[in-house]
Amino acid sequence: MSDLEIGDLFAILEKSTDSAPERSDKGEKTVTEVLEKKSRKRTRAEEMGEKQRSISISEFFAKNKQLLGFDSPVRALMTTVKEAVDNSLDACEEAHILPTIMVEIEQLNEERLRVAIQDNGPGIVKAQVPRIFGQLLYGSKFHSLKQSRGQQGIGISAAGMYSQLTTGKTVKITSRIGPEHPAHHFELLLDLQKNKPNVVKDLIVDWEEPHGTRVELEIAGQYKSGRHSVDEYLGQTAVANPHAEIFYINPKMEKMHFPRVSQALPREPKSVKPHPHGIELGLFIKMIRESAAKKVGSFLQHEFSRVTPKIAETICNGAGVDVKKRPTRLSAEEIEMIHKEMGLVKIMAPTSDSIVPIGEILLRRGLARQVSGAEFYVSKSRPPKVYRGNPFIVETAIAYGGELRGNLEHGDMDDLSIAGVYLDPEKTISAALLDLPGFTRKKVTDLCDRCNIGTRTRVKNLEIEELESLRHSYNDFVKKEANSSPAQIIRLANRVPLLYQLKACAISKSVMDINWRRYNINQPKGGYPQGPLIIMVHLASVWVPFTSESKEAVAHFPEIIEEIKLSLQECGRELGNYLSKKVKLRAAQERKDIFVRYSTELARALANITGDDLEEIDGYIKTAMENFTTANYEMEKPALEEDAVSVEKWESDGDDGDDLPEQSNSGTENDEEGEE
Amino acid sequence: MSNSASRSREVMKKIIKMARSTIGDFKAMNNPNLNIPVRSLSNIIFSEERGMIEMGDKTQERLFFHQGMSKKFMQTFLVASACTELLKVEKTTSIRDLFYMTKHTLSRGENTFDDQSESDVIIEDIEVSMGALREELHLFASNRGTMVGNLTLVDSGDTINARKIGSGGWGIPSIVEDNVIKFKNCDADFILLIEKDAVWRRLNEDKFWKKHNCIMIQSQGQTSRGVRRLIRRMHDELNLPVYVLVDNDPWGLYIYSVIKQGSINLAYESVRMAIPDARFLGLSSFDREKFDLPDVVTISLDKNDEKRAKQMLAYPWFKEAKWQKELKKLLDSRVKLELEALSAKGISFISESYLPEKISSGDYLD
Repeated sequence: MSDLEIGDLFAILEKSTDSAPERSDKGEKTVTEVLEKKSRKRTRAEEMGEKQRSISISEFFAKNKQLLGFDSPVRALMTTVKEAVDNSLDACEEAHILPTIMVEIEQLNEERLRVAIQDNGPGIVKAQVPRIFGQLLYGSKFHSLKQSRGQQGIGISAAGMYSQLTTGKTVKITSRIGPEHPAHHFELLLDLQKNKPNVVKDLIVDWEEPHGTRVELEIAGQYKSGRHSVDEYLGQTAVANPHAEIFYINPKMEKMHFPRVSQALPREPKSVKPHPHGIELGLFIKMIRESAAKKVGSFLQHEFSRVTPKIAETICNGAGVDVKKRPTRLSAEEIEMIHKEMGLVKIMAPTSDSIVPIGEILLRRGLARQVSGAEFYVSKSRPPKVYRGNPFIVETAIAYGGELRGNLEHGDMDDLSIAGVYLDPEKTISAALLDLPGFTRKKVTDLCDRCNIGTRTRVKNLEIEELESLRHSYNDFVKKEANSSPAQIIRLANRVPLLYQLKACAISKSVMDINWRRYNINQPKGGYPQGPLIIMVHLASVWVPFTSESKEAVAHFPEIIEEIKLSLQECGRELGNYLSKKVKLRAAQERKDIFVRYSTELARALANITGDDLEEIDGYIKTAMENFTTANYEMEKPALEEDAVSVEKWESDGDDGDDLPEQSNSGTENDEEGEE
Repeated sequence: MSNSASRSREVMKKIIKMARSTIGDFKAMNNPNLNIPVRSLSNIIFSEERGMIEMGDKTQERLFFHQGMSKKFMQTFLVASACTELLKVEKTTSIRDLFYMTKHTLSRGENTFDDQSESDVIIEDIEVSMGALREELHLFASNRGTMVGNLTLVDSGDTINARKIGSGGWGIPSIVEDNVIKFKNCDADFILLIEKDAVWRRLNEDKFWKKHNCIMIQSQGQTSRGVRRLIRRMHDELNLPVYVLVDNDPWGLYIYSVIKQGSINLAYESVRMAIPDARFLGLSSFDREKFDLPDVVTISLDKNDEKRAKQMLAYPWFKEAKWQKELKKLLDSRVKLELEALSAKGISFISESYLPEKISSGDYLD
């Protein structure tokens, strides 16, 4: 076996994808080919000779499944669903079909699940089916520079492989490309040595769908509710894809439906070349070395977007390089000069054709569909920017307050659920409560103590009153927590929710970097903002830089962090304005309440003293009150009452005013009579 | 009583004027404002010439349309309204009664007044704003302070012989003006005001007042307005010197100071109540050595005592060298003494040795 290291393999993979965007038209290229090509260029790889060519990628991934997100049963389920749903959405959009996706997860036994994902997409031609689902790194998106969900094309076949490794079962695919075509049904196994699919079954079947694809896998996996659940993932996917309709049945047989919010398909992203601003020197050198162009000028024009002949000339002149020089003959210094000039030259911003934002309105609508009942929503979409030559767009949205303070949904009296979370009757109460969002063992114990329920009581043995008392205490608890618990952060990259590695993500860093207190939101030093708050960030780019292959966290590029911050600050300002207006209104109302409360008493006293008509006096007071209680009525200076005077005095000459010590000496004795 | 009736009408007129002006403000869409004289250290003047604390002319706003003042504004008129009722029917009631007359619940469990200290303050506000004394508003406080001694007086028509008043003494009423209290024959040579009831009882049991021919009053701590006014009247009308016997601590000294110069809070009453030549008999910080009192009876000064003593050092009416010396001695010795400490030398030491010695040798401060 080869001693090739993981790092090496990924270095090769990355470079091959980075450097060859223009070759995407060649289509079906396998990684083996890429490796062969690379190995001819690299001395070290050459030394490895024949051996390397026989490395099976499948085998490599089988040994490193954590890189793909199959390292635990919980994540394996998530990754499987995620890859399939991503593929379905991409396929539908490419074919201009409004996606309708069905996800079913069925619990087969304690550790085994059946996962089925069905879409109404264009279907897959018969010949391609085995390769798409049975061969790793097979995909057409691999080499093109445009925004898409999946990027490596390893996802769905990796899920198939995981299925095979853990259950030995085949991957079942049904696909139909149109009503005039038959539906094909395949059952596949993977040849892990050769990275090739073995077709076990190949049938033509009756299928009611006119077109679409259904994938069914049996995997060793575990379903969990909460923040990292498939439920949450699909909910966020719905937010990110307002044009998609999603049906979902989870292992608890709960049916969920996320209806379409928008009837318009997102604009189709176009493939683009890198933009001269922000291209990395290393990548640039590679591009030059591998260029087949005869002149630097034409190289610049053809390999980069927005570069006209005139701009190419400006760049070369600036760098002191002949436009006609052959790129491969450029010296290291010349390359560096050109690169420097490219960063300086005045040039149109990258076209945003390649990126499709969700859009402010749909973003807000999508968020409102998923987290309804907030009192305030705001969303912002920024103009496209560039990092390392890749255009990207940042969009953000915030939902605040209202029902986010706590899910106050009560179940039915006989329903074994709290705040919509079903409690397993067989579990002990402490184990079941741990499924509630944000619950720790300590909190569970506190809650049980408060309700006077033993933590080891089984859910099925709970009295209805005990359950009610738990629900009440839970609501109190949630309300209290809402103001001090960190905001929920929804991270989306190319419309795909990121659920793991929150801390490692550039999005979370941007959220923490912002001073939220400026917007009337709590925030501990260097932490996340707190309160009934959901913050959503969408990063759309032809190439989203992830920290790892499992695509869970966005890498820390300063340009990206800056954009996210700017966008969130725009949202934050609106939220801040809303909150301060709310505070002002509340203060004005409180003022008015005070005056109203005392005016009745006052009117009565005035009428009693003067003998004037009570209602008349009351009327005068009410009319005058209007003058002093409008929301923009300037708040008074603090009262210059006795207290204020003596404090002022105290500060100015260090005297306590008069009778402080008397009070501390005796409560009843004073300058004059106090009565007992 | 026709005099008092016309006074009542006068006060009532002032209250009605205040109410009408407020109604007028509402009518004109203005924020009604009451100007209330400030009753705190920032608004008093110590008159060296007259030897008493007098109120300055600083006033403070009290607005109705103001979050922090609205309630007090309303309370002011509640109390004023209750006083009007009393004035109309020519009846007098206690300030405790008035608290209950004006206390009731607003919405959300809020009360117009939560406790009596709140309404008492408002009464004082009205007193100073209307230039009317509490009794002129037909209010009185409960009796506090008792008296015994060589004096016969008439209280609301009943003759009281203070020589034969038993162990409890005569309770001093809140209103002691000459329409209520009249002095008849008096054989006493001086008045002795004692801070503590227990000491007064000891002296009464020992018939100190008989032996030394005086009037003894106990004030139960800080003197009430009734007690101060009565002593002032006896001092003025019967020509009796006043001796004050209090604990040896800042609190005791302040009780003496209020009798002598008046209080900061009720500076407007000084004219009627202060007795600038009242004499401080004891306990002095120097008495511990003079009378050879054992250390065990001393109590350490606490932080409040020290703070208070230092504040008093700065009061203009304690600027004289003898007072500075007294206060500094208290601070330096770091201990205070209660009157009862004298009992360490024998139960009747105070009546048989301490007081006779101090009085006969003229060992007092004034």
